[in-house]
Amino acid sequence: MSNIPEELKYTKSHEWVKEEDGVITVGLTDYAQSALGDIVFINLPEEGDDVTAGQAFSDVESVKAVSDVFSPVTGKVAAINEELLDNPALVNEDPYEAWLIKVEEVSDTEELMDAAAYGQVCAAEEA
Amino acid sequence: MKLLFERSRSGRTESLLPPCDVPLVEFDAGSLRAAPPRLPEISEVDLGRHYTELAKQTHGVNDGFYPLGSCTMKYNPRVNEEMAALPGFTDIHPLQPTGTVQGCLEVLAKTETMLCEITGMDGMTLQPAAGAHGEYTGLLLIRRYHQSRGDTARTKIIVPDSAHGTNPASAVMAGFTVVSVPSNAEGGVDLDALRAAVGPDTAGLMLTNPNTLGLFDPNILEITRIVHEAGGLCYYDGANLNAIMGHVRPGDMGFDCVHVNLHKTFSTPHGGGGPGSGPVGCKAFLADFLPAPRVDCKDGQYRLYTPARSLGRVRTFQGNFLVVVRALTYLLTLGKQGIPEASAGAVLNANYLMHKLAGAYQMAYDTPCMHEFVMTLEPLKAETGVSAMDVAKRMLDFGIHPPTMYFPLIVHEALMVEPTETESPETLDEAAEIFLRILDEAKADGASLHSAPRDCPIGRPDEVRAARTPVLRYEFGVAQ
Amino acid sequence: MGSYIPATGEERSRMLAELGLQSADDLYAVVPEQVRVKELDLPDGLSEMEVRRKMTALADQNTRFSSVFRGAGAYRHYIPSIVKTVTSKEEFVTAYTPYQAEISQGVLQSIFEYQTQMCELTGMDVSNASVYDGAVAAAEAVFMCQERRRSGVVVCGTADPQVLEVVQTYCESRSVPVTVAPVQDCATDPAALEAALTATTACVYVQSPNYYGVLEDVDAIVAAAHAKGIKVIMGANPISLGLLKTPGEYGADIAVGEGQPLGLPLSFGGPYLGYMTCRRELMRKLPGRIVGQTTDADGNRCFVLTLQAREQHIRREKASSNICSNEALCAMTASVYLAAMGPAGLRRAAENSAAHAHYLAAELAKIPGFGLRSTKPFFHEFLTGCPIDPDALCRALEPDGILAGLPVEGGILWCCTELNSREEIDTLVKRIREVCAQ
Repeated sequence: MSNIPEELKYTKSHEWVKEEDGVITVGLTDYAQSALGDIVFINLPEEGDDVTAGQAFSDVESVKAVSDVFSPVTGKVAAINEELLDNPALVNEDPYEAWLIKVEEVSDTEELMDAAAYGQVCAAEEA
Repeated sequence: MKLLFERSRSGRTESLLPPCDVPLVEFDAGSLRAAPPRLPEISEVDLGRHYTELAKQTHGVNDGFYPLGSCTMKYNPRVNEEMAALPGFTDIHPLQPTGTVQGCLEVLAKTETMLCEITGMDGMTLQPAAGAHGEYTGLLLIRRYHQSRGDTARTKIIVPDSAHGTNPASAVMAGFTVVSVPSNAEGGVDLDALRAAVGPDTAGLMLTNPNTLGLFDPNILEITRIVHEAGGLCYYDGANLNAIMGHVRPGDMGFDCVHVNLHKTFSTPHGGGGPGSGPVGCKAFLADFLPAPRVDCKDGQYRLYTPARSLGRVRTFQGNFLVVVRALTYLLTLGKQGIPEASAGAVLNANYLMHKLAGAYQMAYDTPCMHEFVMTLEPLKAETGVSAMDVAKRMLDFGIHPPTMYFPLIVHEALMVEPTETESPETLDEAAEIFLRILDEAKADGASLHSAPRDCPIGRPDEVRAARTPVLRYEFGVAQ
Repeated sequence: MGSYIPATGEERSRMLAELGLQSADDLYAVVPEQVRVKELDLPDGLSEMEVRRKMTALADQNTRFSSVFRGAGAYRHYIPSIVKTVTSKEEFVTAYTPYQAEISQGVLQSIFEYQTQMCELTGMDVSNASVYDGAVAAAEAVFMCQERRRSGVVVCGTADPQVLEVVQTYCESRSVPVTVAPVQDCATDPAALEAALTATTACVYVQSPNYYGVLEDVDAIVAAAHAKGIKVIMGANPISLGLLKTPGEYGADIAVGEGQPLGLPLSFGGPYLGYMTCRRELMRKLPGRIVGQTTDADGNRCFVLTLQAREQHIRREKASSNICSNEALCAMTASVYLAAMGPAGLRRAAENSAAHAHYLAAELAKIPGFGLRSTKPFFHEFLTGCPIDPDALCRALEPDGILAGLPVEGGILWCCTELNSREEIDTLVKRIREVCAQ
């Protein structure tokens, strides 16, 4: 059973979302990192890039697979977690600390779930 | 084992070149490199032993059975190698006057003629250096064709979900976007999905038939008709031509252009990953777009010329010429009887081995196959925890190169087996026994297979470490 | 005739019977009847002896020249005996791409060694395992430089024309604009090049020594490009790098070139190999196979194909390149060549080639009409005038076993390597005098 913190919001595509003062922080959930296996590289956008709700802004590489990461919001990239470029394993080790991007000037948001609803999504996928 | 650089001793040299017999040139100091490259300094004997040791840690077709699906690892005849080593071929400059290279040009022309007959095409270029390079070239033909008609809305290439990864990648390189169509329950193209996918934006379809599941699509004439009626062209990926050559031709199935892999179907060796050769054939209406130069014969003299609306060059000179020499040697040896016999032999061997395994292993599709078949180890994994990777790695201990793993992507825990026609029945029988023995091991002690192989030069490598902290060259002066 | 099928007719019948089939035709029951081939229009198969006779006759129709003064992208150098011995080993020849590392350490280690050597030669951090040839390497390098707001490439007009043609083909399909910088005195004029650089230019391709053998002012070109945030791809003959300043030292971002001079015979144009090396920052944009070092289950050093998630078999339509097969055996050839030559041997090959070329240039300059077309320093190729029809001159030299320089616009493009001895050069010059006097 994967770890799903109560205080965060979630997407169907397994990103977690945290909002603070209009800035949205996005990361991959524990369920996602476990399904991906050992992450070897993360392609991140650049600061100032535009992201669009429901569209890929990054991809995550394991040894023999690559998976898109989708943006839950439309806005502008305020910061990227540069630490991940050198140490992508942080996402495997502590997915809720190892955020990917922060987004500002948010104009549109996808439908987000609370922890309980997301827990059901994970349970359904595991079945 | 040691690297070349670790065998190096300063000052050790070989006397390969004489001192200069004319005055040396004094280059401006600003044009010279600051320090010599740290190339190894090695005696010839140590260099020879180094590579002998590396050869012992390399498994080729001549070391044992190599049923690597989709790669057609057939035997590479020795006479091909000898012909490709003739100084009359190796010592010819590519820019010699055409009057002095008539033999080379005839090799190209003869090979083109024979491959056109086998594929049902009218013209061909031998310039592409590999299969993916051929795909790219063929797609450029399609692009040029639509452009020449002012039909610029055709921007999409349809690719089945079972296709090799090179297909979508080549389509994007050629300036198209990719539309994936699903397979039907029988492993073929879903006709309804195809009908829904085609339209005024369809540039073409890329298909291999038999497909990567080793299945011949019986709807092939309907498939190419649907694409043509929508105004698209049909591209045949010749990766699996070894199943059908001499029995059915891509040109007769409705394909407009095709690439063939000389390093698969026509017995030229793979060389540890190349050089290959990926000639591209096409119907007459596309021939004017072929890359430059092409070869033709006028008044008994071969010459090079540029087709009227050539798409340009995709490689320097005439492509991987010595690979073509090998393929021609093979084509001449087999001739009109040997070609269909080889493909029938490949299909027979695949069905025979599949039949031997069918009771024990789960086949992805329960129908006769062409030159290869795909098994799914999903039930085995659920039952014992043993994965396709574990079975493959255990095969290494028995001196067999494992089948292709985890491809095609639409089959879970896939193992794709292609024995080729050049294996004897007893080799297939032995391989079947080993497959079955590994299955027994999986059921008796599945955990033991996770650590396979046991008897290879190395154990399983840590690929995560390799990718997370890439070490891509030797670091001088750093303890390794 | 043969098809290299071991199974006898009897064995095949038994196998068919086990499958419940009557004949080999039944294997193709799924193929629609109307497209089944009755008989191919091909000649009958032949015995090995007959095939050998036919192929040898074809080879004999070609003219082998004892003296080759032609380069222009393909170079005849001395090939040490050990090179062929090593690269004919059947394990290397008949292996596939080393997907199964446990039984492929030989191929993998040799590629790792090749990568290291190419990095050393070019002064770069990272190398791939080779691509099809030098021209495709240049085209792939252009794609490595693509950024959201920068796509165009400016190619120095002194590049090998075939390289330019391939770059144009590749760029056309991806809508990458190609501009050719003007040529002056067989070299690139840095000021004219600078004028061609715009805010949407992604990269410059400069070849040095260039097509005319001339050493370009790469320092100025790199400075002009980098000042505008534009990357530099430098093409270089790998033999020249035994002596001359490296792409890394010039500050280029990517180095590419034709690897054929490193121990591969001319072979009427192939197989050759394209080398590609780059700075560490561009590592993940480098296309093709890359071998990396790691450890096995017992902690021992070993080698694997790595960074595979960049490649087409995983990324499919999102891959930056479609390359799959490369030129692995050619890369091994280059690696054995470099190991046999060592730094001193490679330097001697470079020095002797340049020395012979300069000696030939000086001797030719004594013949009226054969003056050098450029005043700039050159390596082992150079352009001269030709007072008579260049093709006629070449034809006149053929009976002497001499392949003259290549007739190009502006005269004849000559090349020398360490193989062209002083005696050979003197003979060439003497014969040219005789032909011109006629």
